Amino acid sequence: MPLPEHRWTMVVDLDRCTGCSACVVACHAENNVPIVSIDQVRQRRAIHWIRIERYWATKGRQTRAILLPIMCQQCMRAPCEPVCPVYASYHLNHHNINGQAYQRCVGTRDCQSNDPYKVRFFNFFDPPFDEPLTQQLNPDVTVRTAGVMEKCTFCLQRLNRAEQKAMVQGRTLRDGEVVPACVQTCPPGALLFGDRNDPNSQINKVIEGNEGRSFILLEELGTQPLVVYLKGGESHGGQ
Amino acid sequence: MAIPDAEALPEDPELARQMEELRRQHLMLDARPLPELADKIMTPMTTHGRLFWFLLFLFGAGSLMLLAVWIYQMYWGLGIVGIGRPTMWEPYLVNYIYFIGIGNAGTFISAVLRALRFEWRAPISRAAEVMTVFAMATAGLFPLIHVGRTWKLYWLFPYPNERQIWPNYRSPLTWDVVAIVTYLTCSILFAWLGLLPDLATARDRYNTGWRHRLYAMAALGWRGTQHQWATHKLTLDVFTFAIIPVMFLMHTIVSWDFSMNLQAGWHSTVFGPYFVIGALFSGVAMVIIVMLAMRRFMGLEYFIRAEHLDAMGKFLLIMSFAWVYFIFNDYLAPWYGQEPVDKSLTHLLQNLWAAPLWYGMLFCNIVMPAALLVFKRLRTWPPTLLVAAVSVQIGMWIERFIIVPVMMGQNELPYSWGKYTLRLPETLITIGAFCLVGLLFLLFTRFFPIIPLWEVHEGQAMVGLKRVGRVILRTHPQPE
Repeated sequence: MPLPEHRWTMVVDLDRCTGCSACVVACHAENNVPIVSIDQVRQRRAIHWIRIERYWATKGRQTRAILLPIMCQQCMRAPCEPVCPVYASYHLNHHNINGQAYQRCVGTRDCQSNDPYKVRFFNFFDPPFDEPLTQQLNPDVTVRTAGVMEKCTFCLQRLNRAEQKAMVQGRTLRDGEVVPACVQTCPPGALLFGDRNDPNSQINKVIEGNEGRSFILLEELGTQPLVVYLKGGESHGGQ
Repeated sequence: MAIPDAEALPEDPELARQMEELRRQHLMLDARPLPELADKIMTPMTTHGRLFWFLLFLFGAGSLMLLAVWIYQMYWGLGIVGIGRPTMWEPYLVNYIYFIGIGNAGTFISAVLRALRFEWRAPISRAAEVMTVFAMATAGLFPLIHVGRTWKLYWLFPYPNERQIWPNYRSPLTWDVVAIVTYLTCSILFAWLGLLPDLATARDRYNTGWRHRLYAMAALGWRGTQHQWATHKLTLDVFTFAIIPVMFLMHTIVSWDFSMNLQAGWHSTVFGPYFVIGALFSGVAMVIIVMLAMRRFMGLEYFIRAEHLDAMGKFLLIMSFAWVYFIFNDYLAPWYGQEPVDKSLTHLLQNLWAAPLWYGMLFCNIVMPAALLVFKRLRTWPPTLLVAAVSVQIGMWIERFIIVPVMMGQNELPYSWGKYTLRLPETLITIGAFCLVGLLFLLFTRFFPIIPLWEVHEGQAMVGLKRVGRVILRTHPQPE
């Protein structure tokens, strides 16, 4: 039985995001993302597969923070894919996700330099997981070594596991059956996840119902990302 | 032999003086017998002065330092280098472009000028070719140093494997591998081909010992027969024309590493010719430095004369003008577009921390050559020429530095902006790379004739002076 083609999509409702960073923590726990030292963070080497970018918008005497959660945008025409000389960065066709084969990566870092969202991360040193932190590592996810790139995969291990389970039971995936760790965790429900190819999915309804305030990050670059941002009205400072 | 024709005319002291002056100026008119030329060229191969040992020690130590730092970096990871997000590429790639650029000029001088029959090129063509090979080899080292897992880099080569994974031919980095391997192979063959007759001369000069065995092996049984010369000429002609597109392609492909990217400041269609011109610019300057060093320290004043300094100085000046045109284009088009990110980059280069680099680059690449090379008197004086050439080296290194880590620091989302800071490991490796090229070149001059004896001899045999009445004519055979 050929696996059905998915178009996994995430909706980020910027009007709901409080910037609590629970998604960041959840992602670290789920995906064995290494936590680097303060010194390394100062050198702009922090690794967060999802991060909350904070911008200050000043209007008159008012200054407001604009929070922008950014994870890999899973572009349909990803700039990071063609530049990898060894196919470590490749397209997972039936999930429509940008895959990253850590074992294949040689560390040219061309994918990062070609990535306009800067959501790919390089392991500058071997990841520091001290005992007993190694006990909490997720066995479904590879621990990356020094010299390879890594990035958000929409929790591919969860998608695969759910799909295999559904396949064993002889059915297709149900809407909402599988969500990435960040979506599962988000307290205000700013993140939504679903399959655009499923006509009855909640995500389709949300996107259709919010056409007036949806936008795609750096759409003019033509990367066709699968992450949709929602933000609207005067109270949000526009897009 | 270019003996002036005395004819039956009465001796004219003025004409004789003019001919003497011409002979003093031009190597090709100042013909000497072959053994004398061979002596002049091959004596420096076996004389090791104090300077030689000093340079050998210096360059050797520098090359070992490169190796040591590289091993240290492989052991600990790339974190020892000053990169972060988003400035993921460091001066290793600056050096990569820089040394490939130097490699390009060697081919240009020996192949393009050979094709165009510039006869003054003969004495410096070997040095330029050899520098091409060594600079390319060093440049080829930098992708290895640059990547995170050097020991996996063989994956970039299309070798048969049980997983049936091939390199990604859409990636500019794969094109790089193909281009480097092709160009390095071509330039080694090209240099060797030009070396063959001289190797045979050296073989016959050193009758015994390891030198004889080395030259006998490398000369591939060259005997100097008519048939061999004819084949040699044909092969060299074919190679000359075949290597020219390879040379242009090489640096264009290097530029595609950048222009294929979405990064602001890189995503530009002018990058191909811009990089080629930049490569020739820095490469010609490097040939000038090497030429001056050879002339000064190897006693080759007979071969490298003011006419060569003059010609190379002019060449450098023309390259400077061409480079100005391209850099103007490269900044004009983004300025016209007025994209916010392009504007921020221009602002960074003109007003913020990168301004000293940017203005320094313009000063070194435009003001210095224009000031020092326009007048013939200045151009033919070695110290001025050397200052101009070194200034161009610095300027072109800064230019690549601006393109790689500086421009990388700014993109569409300002949250990720960052500034690259130079650290010790990459500085040491950069210094080590220069030492490595120097070491290889130094060793080459001790083993092989650095001036193409046969080309100089051939040129001197072909070109001559003829006095017809009161006019001195330069005789030159028609190109067939």
